[in-house]
Amino acid sequence: MNTSTLAIKVSGISKSYGSVKALDNISLDVRRGEIFGLIGPDGAGKTTLFKILVTLLNADSGLAQVDGLDVQKDYKKIRSRVGYMPGKFSLYPDLTIRENMEFFASLFGVTVEQNYDLVAPIYSQIEKFSNRRAGRLSGGMKQKLALSCALIHKPSVLFLDEPTTGVDAVSRSEFWDMLFNLKEQGLSILVSTPYMDEASRCDRIALINNGHVLDIDTPQNMVDNYDAPLYGVKCDNMYEMLKKLRKVESIANCYTTGEYHHIVASKEFDVERLIQDLTDNGLKNIELKAVIPDIEDVFIKLLSNEQQ
Amino acid sequence: MKNQFLQFVKKETLHILRDSRTMLIALLMPVAQILLFGFAVSTEINNINVAVVVPQWCEGVRQSVERLSANPYITYKGDIAPDEIDQNLRSGNVDAIVVFTHDFEKIMNEWRRNGVSKSAMQFIMDASNTNIAQAGTGYLTNILASDVMAASSMVETHMLFNPQLKSAFNFVPGIMGMIFILICALLTSVSIVREKETGTMDVLLVSPVRPLRIILAKMVPYFGLSCINLTTILLLARFVLGIPMGSNLWIVILVSLVYLALALSLGLLVSTIAKKQVVALLISAAVMLLPIVMLSGMLFPIENMPSVLQPLSAIVPARWYIDAMRKLLIQGASFPLILKDFLILIIMTILLLAVALKKFNDKLE
Repeated sequence: MNTSTLAIKVSGISKSYGSVKALDNISLDVRRGEIFGLIGPDGAGKTTLFKILVTLLNADSGLAQVDGLDVQKDYKKIRSRVGYMPGKFSLYPDLTIRENMEFFASLFGVTVEQNYDLVAPIYSQIEKFSNRRAGRLSGGMKQKLALSCALIHKPSVLFLDEPTTGVDAVSRSEFWDMLFNLKEQGLSILVSTPYMDEASRCDRIALINNGHVLDIDTPQNMVDNYDAPLYGVKCDNMYEMLKKLRKVESIANCYTTGEYHHIVASKEFDVERLIQDLTDNGLKNIELKAVIPDIEDVFIKLLSNEQQ
Repeated sequence: MKNQFLQFVKKETLHILRDSRTMLIALLMPVAQILLFGFAVSTEINNINVAVVVPQWCEGVRQSVERLSANPYITYKGDIAPDEIDQNLRSGNVDAIVVFTHDFEKIMNEWRRNGVSKSAMQFIMDASNTNIAQAGTGYLTNILASDVMAASSMVETHMLFNPQLKSAFNFVPGIMGMIFILICALLTSVSIVREKETGTMDVLLVSPVRPLRIILAKMVPYFGLSCINLTTILLLARFVLGIPMGSNLWIVILVSLVYLALALSLGLLVSTIAKKQVVALLISAAVMLLPIVMLSGMLFPIENMPSVLQPLSAIVPARWYIDAMRKLLIQGASFPLILKDFLILIIMTILLLAVALKKFNDKLE
């Protein structure tokens, strides 16, 4: 494949910290103009992969390219082309919004005015507080400021490491709208998140766990390819029920998720018998229904397939 | 690009200005230390408690005792019995006791007539505080013995440069050596490491800016702060403590600027080693401050150190700076006399800067 059609190309990247393998032979491609999500729990290796791609860390082995440039050989060139927003709030809390913006613009030799159009949809929301110090902003405002700072030099590839962690639900949803707008303007975006529900906002996602990729596809395909019957069940004593469910042989897997416990059924699973069983065990108000799987169900299934 | 550098300096300056507590400490510390060491902390000994033991009073003894009690450096505590000597010294009641012989008059007469000298008195000192014991012996010898042995005294002593042995004169160069390390090395290293700790360094590194530029821009405001301190210290030293300073102020400033550069390099080196602000602080305090106080000659003369420590003190930069400042400020020495100190400081600066820049990494590990 011609590398120029790819914003990011990762092939066989491994990285260890001492005896801990953070990344184990990771490969993935991010196409130009797409939002690519890295979905995985804390400690999956998302941040390490980000640091390798933005040239802050060297991989132990494997190759990676950003914007067609090698992350080891051409790291200086890459550094001026990408926008990076680390997982931790990394602006200066003692500088005001305006001062932070001006500083990060000058870092790349541009002015805020030059690229105002690109950041305007985001920056205009916090501009009226431009004399407030960054340390005194709310989580959502900090996030908008950090994104504005990462965008001010018109990067071709945007790296957002867990941008929505610690941000309220409304701001999170707004944030994804903003990313969609940026994508429309031609930016390629690699974004990581531990929230499975955000996966559907990405064009394609990679599910990663323990340093390796479980699957790469569009969120829709992943859900469509889910091949086992999935049920949700709830009653008056959820904990007791979970213990009971785990002993039932026709249930391949069951786990807590929000209001319902999810049950991955195997072939000889019988709904009526299960309800009867649970009622006999003294559980009341049992409610059981078939559910449509989401990314979290996919993730858990891939994980349990792997463990077998 | 020039504008970029200025923006960096502006940002660093804002960091310092907005951290008003640190800035206040940085600006007031030199003033407080100069005043403290100049007035409150004093190594001059001027209050020695002395008692006498007189087996037999006579005219000569009476004159000696009168001279003792009239001397401003001595507090006369009266005469005591011979068997009270031990108890008085142990209780800390007196620091020194002068014991006259019972035939004081006779010995003096014999010496005046025939030049035959015999012991006429004895000093018993409490040497648990060696400074007081030494100074006291000196005072007592001057007051009593020199008078008694007036004719035989052939040695005349002149204290040059600091005739009153004012301790402030001695401390000012030491304080300068310490303050600049504190401001330049400690504050710079902490401020660089802070960027690593909070993660802003990651963002700075993922940009076209050369890391060296980031570091240089960081040093500028701290260099400025130190120049303000240098001015304050020199003004206080001249007009409050009355230190002569000679006529070579420009050389003082030149040597100080080299020392500032050295301290900044040291701070940079620390920042390449430390990953946390606390670590940077500890390294600065333990590895830099302690040797400066103990080994630079600021408090303890290098000549008095155990021979193992003397070469060690040679690698403490402050030693050479303090030495040069003493010569310049107090003796009014000319440039050739401090050339050795100056060259050593320059070589140290170049070495430190080279090591620090070599160790400085534009990746995270």
